Amino acid sequence: MTTLPETTQRKLGLVIDLDTCVGCHACVTSCKGWNTENESAPLADKDAYGANPVGAFLNRIHSFEVKPEAAPAQTVHFPKSCLHCEDAPCVTVCPTGASYKRVEDGIVLVNEKDCIGCGLCAWACPYGAREMDPVEKVMKKCTLCVDRIYNENLPEVDRVPVCVRTCPSGARHFGDLGDPDSDVSKLVAERGGFDLMPEQGTKPVNKYLPPRPKDQDIDVLAPFLEPVTTAQGGFLGWLDRALEKV
Amino acid sequence: MTHHTQPEIDTSPKVSDEVRKTTCYMCACRCGINVHMKKGQVAYIEGNRDHPVNKGVLCAKGAAGIMQHLSPARLRAPMKRVGERGSGKFEEISWDEAYDIAVKWLKPIRETAPEKLAFFTGRDQSQSFTSWWAQAFGTPNYAAHGGFCSVNMAAAGIYTMGGAFWEFGQPDWDRTKLFMLFGVAEDHDSNPIKMGLGKLKARGAKVIGVNPIRSGYNAIADEWVGITPGTDGLFILSLIHCLLKAGKVDLSYLAQFTNSPVLVNEDPKSPEFGLLLKTDDGKDMVIDRVTGKPAAFDQPGVQPDLAGTLRRAGISHRTVFQHIADKYLTDTYTPEAVADRIGLPANRIHRIAAELARVAFDEAIEIDQPWTDFRGTKHEKMIGRPVSFHAMRGISAHSNGFQTCRSLHLLQILLGSVETPGGMRFKPPYPKPATAHPKPHYNVTPGKPLDGPHLGFTHGPDDLCLTPEGEPARIDKAFSWDNPMSSHGMMHMVISNAHAGDPYKIDTLFMYMANMAWNSSMNTSGVMKMLTDKDESGEYVIPHIIYSDAYSSEMVAYSDLILPDTTYLERHDCISLLDRPISEADAVADAIRWPVVEPDRNVKGFQSALVDLGARLNLPGFVNEDGSQKFADYADYIVSHERRPGIGPLAGWRIGETGLSEGRGAPNEGQIDAYIQNGGFWSSHIPDDALFYKPWNMAYQNWAVDIGLFDKPTPYIFTLWSEPMRRFQLAAEGHGTRQPPEHLRERIKLTLDPLPVWYPPLEDGHADPVEYPIHALTQRPMAMYHSWGSQNAWLRQIHGHNPMYVPTKIWEANGFSDGDWARVSSIHGEITVPVAHMAALNENTIWTWNAIGKRAGAWALDKDAPEAKKGFLLNHIIHELLPAKGDGLRYANSDPVTGQAAWFDLRVKIEKVRTPARSYPDTGEQVSPVGRGPANVRQKVGS
Amino acid sequence: MHPAASIIAFTTLSGMGFGLLAFLGLGFPEVTGWSAFWFFFIAFALAVGGLIFSTFHLGHPERALKAFTQWRTSWLSREGWASVGTLGLMGIFAAFLVLFGIRLAPLGWLGALACMATVYVTSMIYASIRTVPRWSHWSTSVMFVAYSLSGGALLSGEVPAAILFLVLTGIAQFFAWKFGDSRFAATGSTAGTATGLGQFGKVRLFEGPHTSDNYLTKEMVFVVARKHSVKLRSIALALAFAVPVALLLLPFHHLLAALAVLCHVTGVLITRWLFFAEAEHTVSLFYGRD
Ligand SMILES: Nc1nc2c(c(=O)[nH]1)N[C@H]1C(S)=C(S)[C@@H](COP(=O)(O)OP(=O)(O)OC[C@H]3O[C@@H](n4cnc5c(=O)[nH]c(N)nc54)[C@H](O)[C@@H]3O)O[C@H]1N2
Ligand SMILES: Nc1nc2c(c(=O)[nH]1)N[C@H]1C(S)=C(S)[C@@H](COP(=O)(O)OP(=O)(O)OC[C@H]3O[C@@H](n4cnc5c(=O)[nH]c(N)nc54)[C@H](O)[C@@H]3O)O[C@H]1N2
Ligand code: SF4
Ligand code: SF4
Ligand code: SF4
Ligand code: SF4
Ligand code: SF4
Ligand SMILES: [Mo]
Repeated sequence: MTTLPETTQRKLGLVIDLDTCVGCHACVTSCKGWNTENESAPLADKDAYGANPVGAFLNRIHSFEVKPEAAPAQTVHFPKSCLHCEDAPCVTVCPTGASYKRVEDGIVLVNEKDCIGCGLCAWACPYGAREMDPVEKVMKKCTLCVDRIYNENLPEVDRVPVCVRTCPSGARHFGDLGDPDSDVSKLVAERGGFDLMPEQGTKPVNKYLPPRPKDQDIDVLAPFLEPVTTAQGGFLGWLDRALEKV
Repeated sequence: MTHHTQPEIDTSPKVSDEVRKTTCYMCACRCGINVHMKKGQVAYIEGNRDHPVNKGVLCAKGAAGIMQHLSPARLRAPMKRVGERGSGKFEEISWDEAYDIAVKWLKPIRETAPEKLAFFTGRDQSQSFTSWWAQAFGTPNYAAHGGFCSVNMAAAGIYTMGGAFWEFGQPDWDRTKLFMLFGVAEDHDSNPIKMGLGKLKARGAKVIGVNPIRSGYNAIADEWVGITPGTDGLFILSLIHCLLKAGKVDLSYLAQFTNSPVLVNEDPKSPEFGLLLKTDDGKDMVIDRVTGKPAAFDQPGVQPDLAGTLRRAGISHRTVFQHIADKYLTDTYTPEAVADRIGLPANRIHRIAAELARVAFDEAIEIDQPWTDFRGTKHEKMIGRPVSFHAMRGISAHSNGFQTCRSLHLLQILLGSVETPGGMRFKPPYPKPATAHPKPHYNVTPGKPLDGPHLGFTHGPDDLCLTPEGEPARIDKAFSWDNPMSSHGMMHMVISNAHAGDPYKIDTLFMYMANMAWNSSMNTSGVMKMLTDKDESGEYVIPHIIYSDAYSSEMVAYSDLILPDTTYLERHDCISLLDRPISEADAVADAIRWPVVEPDRNVKGFQSALVDLGARLNLPGFVNEDGSQKFADYADYIVSHERRPGIGPLAGWRIGETGLSEGRGAPNEGQIDAYIQNGGFWSSHIPDDALFYKPWNMAYQNWAVDIGLFDKPTPYIFTLWSEPMRRFQLAAEGHGTRQPPEHLRERIKLTLDPLPVWYPPLEDGHADPVEYPIHALTQRPMAMYHSWGSQNAWLRQIHGHNPMYVPTKIWEANGFSDGDWARVSSIHGEITVPVAHMAALNENTIWTWNAIGKRAGAWALDKDAPEAKKGFLLNHIIHELLPAKGDGLRYANSDPVTGQAAWFDLRVKIEKVRTPARSYPDTGEQVSPVGRGPANVRQKVGS
Repeated sequence: MHPAASIIAFTTLSGMGFGLLAFLGLGFPEVTGWSAFWFFFIAFALAVGGLIFSTFHLGHPERALKAFTQWRTSWLSREGWASVGTLGLMGIFAAFLVLFGIRLAPLGWLGALACMATVYVTSMIYASIRTVPRWSHWSTSVMFVAYSLSGGALLSGEVPAAILFLVLTGIAQFFAWKFGDSRFAATGSTAGTATGLGQFGKVRLFEGPHTSDNYLTKEMVFVVARKHSVKLRSIALALAFAVPVALLLLPFHHLLAALAVLCHVTGVLITRWLFFAEAEHTVSLFYGRD
């Protein structure tokens, strides 16, 4: 139902490390693969081989350029999926109750059978985390792989979102962000994880870890190597002395 | 609010009926995959957690494999051409008819002139099989795609240290503390590199990315070195200069494990000038520091002296190391001297050198693991130099790439970081020195097999493949004076040489898995013309073209006979130790593919088709004594073929004397099933005392013999001084009987220096750098594999067209804004393409994603697909020949040592144009033999 | 935002329909019998027609009834209830008037209030969308109600009221645009806050997540060129307000009145097109709006 639960027992979510993501799109297609074949309606593609293909994806990788004041420009690959906000505006706008936030883990879901495809929830989401399926005409969004993370037909290690399992560089982490002692919470604390568009007041559960400082002191003169060629006997003299010690 | 009910959902749905484990082939990385089956159909693909390559992860392509497998562009049956070449008009035929046509063309030439067949294969992983077929046929004209891909990297590594990167070696991801990446966008080792970078990030190790473009791996590098393309060699040699000058090199390592202490003949008049002094039994000679006397390098207990000198028979000799010092300590290589050329401040070079030295020597690591070297010396510990490097086509796809790759290996070796903990590690069957590889063979006898394997390693002029007249014996002119060390052949020259009849005309061009009418050729429009060109009699200049593809590619339209292949989920394959296995530094491993589903079309695995064709042509090895077909299919070959007694394509689950064995053993009928049971691969761990120092470590050498990698231990030392190169150079200086043509002498002297050198990319000497001031590059998109990706409904949404990325300086100078188009011209031609701005880019470089542009009608796409209308290939303006200069001769646009295609030497100019209706050139439209893909995709097997 | 025809038609038509109903409820014009029938017919046709148009926007119109369930939080759901309730009220009022000639005046006043409430609720569907700063403001509701009243006045033939409302609404629209233009910037959301990367430097989209379109780019990253916008705004102001007012100032003639209505409707359709097309959504920050 459309009202948000006052609290959720857990706050499951993703932590995405922008210092590690290489922008490979593996999480994009693995997400599409899992979510096409499993619980929900397939994520369809319209005009798939045509001039204007449009498909539904639950996770997409943008690439941004960041130009610091006095350093070379940087490229940051930026994965984006539903942030499972605590104050999820997409839920409260939904006229049918198809959108809801789960009490037990905070996952925001769409009950596709109830969705009328009005698109309002996508309008309400500041992050572009919801996409209407072009063929199924129901609203699609990241389910945090709710049909995996508790799935008893999967081995325990595989009970994580498929994007997390697939990410080759290990840039995606999954866990309970409501528990300050969880690995993800510690990672967020350690690396200064942040929220996207906090000014929107959505209180996202997912966190982003910032790129580490780059290109530091790149042109400094400081630790020049001490030449050995200027010492007695030049390089060969040094070599003789050095070989004595080997 | 009180009101909160939520639907009940099933959080434990059934995932699939069955999981079949095989090997991915959305690219050549060869990750293990779990194919989830529902109702007998492929439903979902995920990574195999137990697999040595990917340990469960996948890339974007691998995870989209289902869409490749279900692609509407899949060919459906053998076809013969009925329209003009290039039109795409075909008629489907039976396999029997297809074989008959092939036999009709091939049989007569085998009997009279086998060299009239040119058989070239693309990026397949069955070269040990396809080359065996070609050898049985008897043509010298066989190679795979390595010549246009990255032979510089492979050959420089093998000649220098018995292995290179990717399949041959990898950084010690778990221990390295400073990692430098040169010119890599994605590489073949796609997932292992990403996993490795992830490990470095998790440990907070430092990554330096050397690349004109800051995207992908370079985007996450802690430091970006936006170097000027083609100048890495100079940068590396300058780092070497700094390190030598500061004495920051691993003297002990160099003395024990490299030819640095070996003595070099220094008499310019001697026919052995520049060659290494040998003992009577032909071994490299060093001075023993203990005795002060000359000794064989491998004599037990010898302590080779890096400062040794020897005068013998009036000729003075000094060690390789002294030559290295002489050469790189000169002012030519000071940071200050090279800074402008490479586009970096001198301080930066000094700083990086200092950082390398600090990490290698001050942060050295030790593993408490005793080991014994080939001289019998026992070492208590394994000393690690935790700096590592990786490089790929950014340095190898230049005409100075071979020497640049050698420079990088020299740097690693001077730091003592090859095969030591924290450095670079080989993967079995590597390390394996060039001398342990075959030499090239080219002697043709009509009706008989070739006299040996086609490809190999030359060690001097005597090994070249030349006719008695001194002309190139191979159609691609590999192993000729033009490119004497072209170990992988030169596939990119085949069509243009065959078209020109230079060095001779051929009858049938037989190709497999290479889109030669499109993205794998230089000068694409030109190549399309050569393929369709007719002679005076109205016949095609290249009379017959047989091609095996699995999909409706551009090349299909330019062929006469199509042998349709299966998809990777429908066939047997073997990723063999005889070829390019999937080993890791800690373990030897090989793998298979097997039909997790049977094809639903009249298609056949290409290798199985070759098995049939080989039998129909009566090729030795392919028929039994009674003339009947020897192998039922490729699977049968994989299991029953033996290359040497006890050694076959697969190393796992062979039959030993007492039961199942590894590596060596008799064929086992149940072998493929055993692989399937094990998840599609076999792997065996290297013993702990054999994990490092492999070329010199007797525990490794003995283990390798046991497992069947070689027949006797073959320890060797790294060849910083390359005698093969020196031999070619000596010939160019006038020594010896086999002499290069006059016009090549100077080039050989310059480029085949036995110590790494840098010279400007050859195109720089042809293209006027004032008129063409900009470097133009391509990069592989991580989510696309060459041209195959566009048929994939998911992937083509990510990369459906490609802009030309332009750095801020050029963007502003041309007044570009979003949505603009530009004309990009080189001395060879021009293209008109959309532009986009990128700030994190070398200021004199533009670039685009590789192979996104498509010909209209190919790949079952709509003719107005963005791939065809907005997408483009840079290849149109990269020529396979350099323009004529002075002497009127046109040289291949290739590395003068190996023949590696110099894709990245390209220089261009750019200007804004009015937005056109489509990109230029427009290569016309081909009829699709498979129709157009369906409107919508809504793939779901389960309900 | 993508200016979907169905939604433009919905808001325009139902706004005018409820506007007319409101006037009818208040007794302007004081009609009975057939003429009442026709007035009510037009009003209901517009209001109901608009609502029907709105379902064209739905992916699953057959499930539209489910939209009535979430009135506690959803303005769209409330809008459903409000429209149905209002139409019901006014239906009773109209039935008595047309069939029995009985004017249940208090019911009419209540109905008029409900009409305006309905228009307000409709406006809140947009005004509550915080991600579209141009909408997320009290002026959105004011404008919806103002448009509804102008349209209602015009359709009900109440010339002085129509002139007054048209002039006021036109002026208000001018200012709504003017202030709306800077509202996105005022929220402080930028590519820097959207990505959280603003702390490190100036942020610019280098490469979108896909070269093809997707639902988001089609639905939410609609861009109107500045020069088109100026032109369209001028045309809209002229058609919706200036021309009708001029026509109404001329001696009354049915044709002129019809022409005024036609101009007004066209003008309002343009303003509504602009209402959507010019509305920038925060998602566009992820797709390269600097
Ligand atoms: N400008 C520029 N051009 C380049 C490069 C560059 O960096 N820049 N790189 C070069 C390099 S390194 C390479 S390796 C080449 C690659 O170029 P190609 O080898 O031509 O690459 P692909 O596009 O993969 O084409 C291989 C063909 O194999 C077919 N194929 C795919 N799967 C199968 C299969 O299972 N069986 C069979 N029989 N066929 C199959 C595909 O349909 C396709 O037609 O491109 C080269 N071209
Ligand atoms: N996803 C995907 N993976 C692939 C392939 C694919 O098509 N798609 N193709 C496979 C094949 S066949 C190959 S050969 C490998 C190739 O793998 P890579 O070697 O990664 O090949 P490229 O993408 O050509 O990248 C070359 C890189 O070198 C940089 N570069 C160019 N010139 C210079 C230079 O002078 N100096 C330096 N330092 N850098 C330079 C370019 O900017 C680019 O980043 O990838 C393999 N893996
Ligand atoms: S990210 Fe968007 S869709 Fe997800 S919970 Fe937040 S507002 Fe809703
Ligand atoms: S599209 Fe579906 S989930 Fe979204 S608001 Fe409308 S009914 Fe709710
Ligand atoms: S958690 Fe699952 S649904 Fe969400 S982005 Fe990852 S793979 Fe997709
Ligand atoms: S899979 Fe991992 S590295 Fe690749 S784009 Fe997704 S988050 Fe980034
Ligand atoms: S890197 Fe990707 S495409 Fe290549 S084999 Fe591995 S999963 Fe498949
Ligand atoms: Mo390649």
